[in-house]
Amino acid sequence: MLRFLGERLIQSAVVLAVMSFVVFALIGLMPGDPVDMMISADPDLTSADIAKLREIHGLDRPLAERYGNWLLAALQGDFGFSRLFAKPVFDILGPALGNTLALLGISLTLALCVGLPLGIWAAVKPYSARDYAVNLFAFAGISVPSFWLGLLLIILFAVILGWLPAGGLGTPGRDAWTDKLIYLVLPATSLTLASVGGHTRYMRASMLETLRQDYIRTARAKGLTERRVVLGHALRNALIPVTTIIALDFGTLFSGALITETIFAYPGMGKLTFDAVMGNDFNLALVCLLLATLVTLAGNILADLAYAWLDPRIGFEGKIQ
Amino acid sequence: MTGAGPLPAPSTPLALVTRRFLRHRLALVSTGVLAVLAAASLLAPTVEGWLGVDANAADLFNRLQPPGPNHPLGTDEAGRDVLVRLLYGGRVSMFVGIAAALTAAVLGTAVGLASGYFGGRLDAVFMRVTDGVIALPLLPLLIVLAALDLQKLGFSAETAQSEGVSLYRIVVIVALVGWTTVARLVRATTLSLRERPFVLAARAQGASALRIMTVHILPNLASPVIVATTLSVGNVILLESVLSFLGLGIQPPLPSWGNLLTNAQELIWDAPALAVYPGLAIFVTVIAFNFVGDGLQDALDPRSQERGRR
Repeated sequence: MLRFLGERLIQSAVVLAVMSFVVFALIGLMPGDPVDMMISADPDLTSADIAKLREIHGLDRPLAERYGNWLLAALQGDFGFSRLFAKPVFDILGPALGNTLALLGISLTLALCVGLPLGIWAAVKPYSARDYAVNLFAFAGISVPSFWLGLLLIILFAVILGWLPAGGLGTPGRDAWTDKLIYLVLPATSLTLASVGGHTRYMRASMLETLRQDYIRTARAKGLTERRVVLGHALRNALIPVTTIIALDFGTLFSGALITETIFAYPGMGKLTFDAVMGNDFNLALVCLLLATLVTLAGNILADLAYAWLDPRIGFEGKIQ
Repeated sequence: MTGAGPLPAPSTPLALVTRRFLRHRLALVSTGVLAVLAAASLLAPTVEGWLGVDANAADLFNRLQPPGPNHPLGTDEAGRDVLVRLLYGGRVSMFVGIAAALTAAVLGTAVGLASGYFGGRLDAVFMRVTDGVIALPLLPLLIVLAALDLQKLGFSAETAQSEGVSLYRIVVIVALVGWTTVARLVRATTLSLRERPFVLAARAQGASALRIMTVHILPNLASPVIVATTLSVGNVILLESVLSFLGLGIQPPLPSWGNLLTNAQELIWDAPALAVYPGLAIFVTVIAFNFVGDGLQDALDPRSQERGRR
């Protein structure tokens, strides 16, 4: 197992390193560079001054050299300064990451609490009217544009009914956690609705597959109630692939929260990433993208570990032993 | 049981597939819905003519009008007809969805086919690249790609600023990150096809690798690729709408369902109805593509039904 983990960690480190170079190069291809930003502040600069500024900031060096310098500093924990926030990049990440994890934690829990029982409920009576209805709901969930769902929620609960705030993190001046929770209701609902369809479908498919196994037939032949067959015998095995998929999807959820956060002006990692890219905040954008990659990679490794751990038949090489 | 006797057993594979697809009611309805939406979008100029309006002409004396005989869905913040702009947006959104899904399918098939057929070091390299692309954070990456300065990539200023460029740019970037599903699927299928007797026979006859891949293996890949591509059209339409909504995809005045919603968000307090129609159009189109994909999967791969319609 340690060997497996070691190999995966090395692989992930390589992906991360390649990704950091690719993103570094891509960001260099975005409109403007740090010196362009300074020029707009001082119209009296001559072109000689500009060239000098570029030289001071190392922008006249070749790409590989600039990347090397960045990497060297990054490996020592220095990720540079954020242009938008005028702070070291790392000081900004903490609060944003906390906000995103709170939002994701609530949404994921809700989505699982709704999606898993719904999937089981549908799989127990396949091709019945209720299976049909659940399928329809699940398809609607994966097909709805999440930003539009967010807009509809704002229209209904903030504009028409006026019950909930349309966006933000909390009422200025109030620090109670209940106040923060009220601001989380709409974004969390929107994100939950966007991911519940997928969970329902995975759970239904996995449960259907499990219920077709021989040992389920044995359990039924013993005269167990259907309830015990499904919840006592089938559920544990049916959850294995679902757990894996949830871990695999975590990265998608993490970077997908970008839309929800932007719509609801919720200051998490997603909104930070978007603002950094849009505001030409190169250092910040780079770190945000790398962090999102890191989360996806960690999710993939966790998925493999969970799979091998939950199902003893599967070894760490991914083969049935 | 109805009065009609049992249908004669279909004799050709195509008839079998057609029959299984027709049995999937939701897929059938969805095909109809997509046909209507596509026809309506293609007829956008005709509808424009009927109503006697111009999709792009602002009319500031008739801003935010409620629905009426001249404007079935009312007008937007610049006095333009909402219905006609919605239909023109449909053209763009559906074109992007289909074009990007097809481009990704071609790219993925090429990579998967070469990888599965030749194996060895090529396979190892291609699959590591695929793993890497899958591990990328899709949405933030697309945002960066959409924000790139085309002039720094060596395109002329004229190209970079032309009106249609946002359309092709989005097709290219979505295809660039979207080919991995098809590549993996094609590789897995090719691996098993490669050892089949008909491929061995072709090789024994001296057929070249290229000929075996295109003539003998490719036709057998059609089913999984068709299903995956249909399902991905819906996804691409969602991605396009998100990017356009954020102001990074299709650039106005060219309307797309996504960028129609950008304005709607700013007007959410004055004209909430404007935020409803484009989103509804996206939702209906995407769910229809997903149902058609699901139906095609059941029809083309009968085993999937036994496995529980995944």
